[in-house]
Amino acid sequence: MSKILLHGTEAICEGALRNGCRAFFGYPITPQNEVPEYMSVELPKIGGAFVQAESEVSAINMVYGSAGAGIRSMTSSSSPGISLKQEGISYIAGAEIPCVIVNVVRAGPGLGGIQPSQGDYFQAVKGGGHGDYKLIVYAPSSVQEACDYTYKAFDVSDKYRVPVMILADGMIGQMMEAVELPPMRDLKTIAKKEWATDGRSGKDRRIINSLRINPDDLENHLNKMYKKYAEIEKQETLFEEYLTEDAEIVITAYGTVGRICKSVVDTLREEGIKAGFIRPITVYPFPTEVFQRVASYSCVKKFLTVELSMGQMIEDVRLAVNGKKPVLFYGRSGGNITSEEEIAVAAKEALK
Amino acid sequence: MKKVFEKTKMLTDNVMHYCPGCTHGIVHRLIAESIEELGVGDISIGIAPVGCAVFAYNYFNCDMQEASHGRAPAVATGIKRCLKDKIVFVYQGDGDLASIGLAETVHAAARGENITIIFINNSIYGMTGGQMAPTTLLGQKATTCQSGRTVEANGYPIRMCEMLATLDAPYYIERVSTHDVKHVLQAKRAIKKAFENQINNKGYSIIEVLVTCPTNWKMTPEQALKQIENETIKTFPLGVFKDRSKEETL
Repeated sequence: MSKILLHGTEAICEGALRNGCRAFFGYPITPQNEVPEYMSVELPKIGGAFVQAESEVSAINMVYGSAGAGIRSMTSSSSPGISLKQEGISYIAGAEIPCVIVNVVRAGPGLGGIQPSQGDYFQAVKGGGHGDYKLIVYAPSSVQEACDYTYKAFDVSDKYRVPVMILADGMIGQMMEAVELPPMRDLKTIAKKEWATDGRSGKDRRIINSLRINPDDLENHLNKMYKKYAEIEKQETLFEEYLTEDAEIVITAYGTVGRICKSVVDTLREEGIKAGFIRPITVYPFPTEVFQRVASYSCVKKFLTVELSMGQMIEDVRLAVNGKKPVLFYGRSGGNITSEEEIAVAAKEALK
Repeated sequence: MKKVFEKTKMLTDNVMHYCPGCTHGIVHRLIAESIEELGVGDISIGIAPVGCAVFAYNYFNCDMQEASHGRAPAVATGIKRCLKDKIVFVYQGDGDLASIGLAETVHAAARGENITIIFINNSIYGMTGGQMAPTTLLGQKATTCQSGRTVEANGYPIRMCEMLATLDAPYYIERVSTHDVKHVLQAKRAIKKAFENQINNKGYSIIEVLVTCPTNWKMTPEQALKQIENETIKTFPLGVFKDRSKEETL
């Protein structure tokens, strides 16, 4: 199939629409406004529902309703708006409703700035709302991946009844690249949801709910949810690994920064420095095993984690490396983007 | 023996948790009877609130979703926009609908969502133990205004029907009561009409129902019924505040 030139936000929308997304609810916030704009045009054409909600709080609860009624549903926002959605996300996780939440991350805290950032890692992977739960979180590094993982997100979310987040950043959201689009999914090939509240129609009635007032009921429910997370960790973990076999320094980063770091590895190799690279594609489930394996290589002296934040994923890298090798940090924040040169200098410093 | 009355099949056999003398149960029955009489039980999806009616999903014998506090109209919007041929109703108390969920309430009404809202006004936060509500009467005692609600400290109670009636989109807005048989029968007619409006694709209907809270009003059930009749109705007058079917017949 031929490639077409697409904006990151359009690629996210196409990934969703082509895998059965038929409901979108959102509220304007920079830098993701093109997502609700695109959906407002495209969904009505294919019989889907689009509502510009009165707030992000309302938008995520519209998703609760439509996805709870069995419709593949999505909402999108950027950092401050995702904070507002956290109550709803917690309820969705507790009620085991599949849906897709897109976060085109901007710099925080507070109103912060509108430039790219990776400052929402903790919120995305450590549970942004209240209670014990996880999201499956994909961190695309290109416009193609933004499309592909949004497409995949709907299948994975349905399979486990776990909400999925696309953790993009302003760079993915706002750049254009050549993309090969997946074919339009025939809705008849999507499995019917035997738990959805779409009118009992002669069957036993169904309830979508996160309230379990009896402590044993809630504990059993949590055990069931965590059993699923264990399975997700086994089945759904994704990462990219590059030139680690003989590496002295392993650079690790996710999302768009991962792409920059991969180029740095090539540059360092040309200079005779043996650099390797690991890019988590799912940041939950975190690819712990690859870090454990690479940390055990005798050639590997150090890890360098690069993020557009004050250092968040580094905590998971350190947990995975488990003290076997030093894990150093280089980051930019506030909406600044790190250059290849800066990372190369940081890598050389790390090896000193 | 001839059976002259039986419980509607749209209520489950689960024992209700409501306090003695509370009229939530009556309103549940009126809704369930309306759904059964209109023959839409198989296509109805109800939204339960947070508050005293949080367990409403245990009582209505149809598909149910339990919403977070105040968000029921948004949840209903999400369902109804995707499943236009289903009947979606919302059951909310005054804290849920008129305080924490005010934005969701107003905007669902302003969009004219084709849903049915049953708004239970008992002038108090019941489930959490009697705190002041947006509908607490002036002078009424609550655990967060122990000498009684004052204008200086707490402002005035919010009249939702009157506020929502200023919007263009709502199709039907009525306030009814449960303090005696005559008013319960009136409430039934209003609730059934609100469902009929949705079936006929007329749009947004809201029925505000004045109910008792003997526990938190610190009254006997009988005193609580009298309280509605003699006091609550002064602040929340009964009646139809909007009926666009009248415009249609002109």
